[in-house]
Amino acid sequence: MDKETKKVLFEPLVDNNPITLQVLGVCSALAVTSQMSTSLIMALALTSVTACSSAAISFVRQHTPGSIRIIVQMIIIASLVIVVDQLLRAFAFDVSKKLSVFVGLIITNCIVMGRAEAYAMKNPPWQSFLDGIGNGLGYSLILIMVALVRETLGSGKLLGFEVLPLMKDGGWYVPNGLMLLPPSAFFIIGLIIWGFRTWKPKQIEHNEFKILPFSHGLEGGHH
Amino acid sequence: MEAYISLFIKAVFIENLALSFFLGMCTFLAVSKKISTAMGLGVAVMVVQTLTVPANNFIYQTLLKEDALKWLGVTGVDLSFLSLLSCIGMIAAIVQILEMFLDKFVPALYQALGIFLPLITVNCAILAGSLFMIERDYNFGESVVYGVGSGFGWALAITVMAGVREKLKYSDIPAALQGLGITFITAGLMSLGFMAFSGIQL
Repeated sequence: MDKETKKVLFEPLVDNNPITLQVLGVCSALAVTSQMSTSLIMALALTSVTACSSAAISFVRQHTPGSIRIIVQMIIIASLVIVVDQLLRAFAFDVSKKLSVFVGLIITNCIVMGRAEAYAMKNPPWQSFLDGIGNGLGYSLILIMVALVRETLGSGKLLGFEVLPLMKDGGWYVPNGLMLLPPSAFFIIGLIIWGFRTWKPKQIEHNEFKILPFSHGLEGGHH
Repeated sequence: MEAYISLFIKAVFIENLALSFFLGMCTFLAVSKKISTAMGLGVAVMVVQTLTVPANNFIYQTLLKEDALKWLGVTGVDLSFLSLLSCIGMIAAIVQILEMFLDKFVPALYQALGIFLPLITVNCAILAGSLFMIERDYNFGESVVYGVGSGFGWALAITVMAGVREKLKYSDIPAALQGLGITFITAGLMSLGFMAFSGIQL
């Protein structure tokens, strides 16, 4: 694997993560993560759509006039999403019911559009394909982390297998109901961002205002 | 009438698009730094939502739904797999028409909404409104109410969020939590607040 391929594939995992740094594709990351199985399917669906759409958009990039490129991108993405949606309905109907509208919402998932605009319009198909996979993986990583916390703590299970024996089945763990509710996803992603940015201080955003230490105010006299 | 009112309340508070379905989060997090801009975007979303949900409902009910082509004498045709493509096409078209219409006839409003209008095409709250309408099989009247209600709910959420964030910039937050991190946690707390509505039976 040469250097460029590695960079395209692995940089979006932590250094340039679509969710925690680029703030793309947050909606579905929050909504489908109360269970591991739905998160895995969603991650797979999004990664394949991003990779294929980036490759397809990159193929036609030299024949697409700039003024109608958004429509062209939209149609390519929407067609791919319809394929994924129909496949899920055919082979994983239960999961597709649980994901409800979120499969369709991959069309407006900013990761897909964002990568198409930012990368696929300027790079050859194979690299765009890899870039799509890389960003899909970055997204999947966050999804799996959040689902891991939510499903384990929320229902004591992981992919349907018991991990923490529940009190009501004679075990010791009292499930934390909050983890299954929407707000917990916000908290967990907030904490993940905190963790990532403590690890990689380069990603820290600087505040417009700084609170001066108290003593400074005293010495400075008037403000 | 009562059914419409309860649908409206449900769409605004109990099933708030932003805070209980996390839709339109990207713009919700990115454009909520100032109350005035947040409100501009909120109004734009509301207008577009009010137009697109009923329009998509009309297309879905008369063309795409199973056996919907009966009025043409065609039976046994189910085009509902095309609904994704038709919804997004409709939304893009309506946003474009709205933009041209405002530019020509209401330039003041066009100036105020400015960059937000084109952005709305890819706001997932808009597409989700139409998809929820299809999933729940609303009729035309319900779809109008749902469109207004869900748009208003989203506008309310982003305006409140901007209010909180305006105050938040004076607080002392750990460096790594600054910006995006604390915004997520704030949104979580707000979502927790909105959860309180879910106990309401209508």
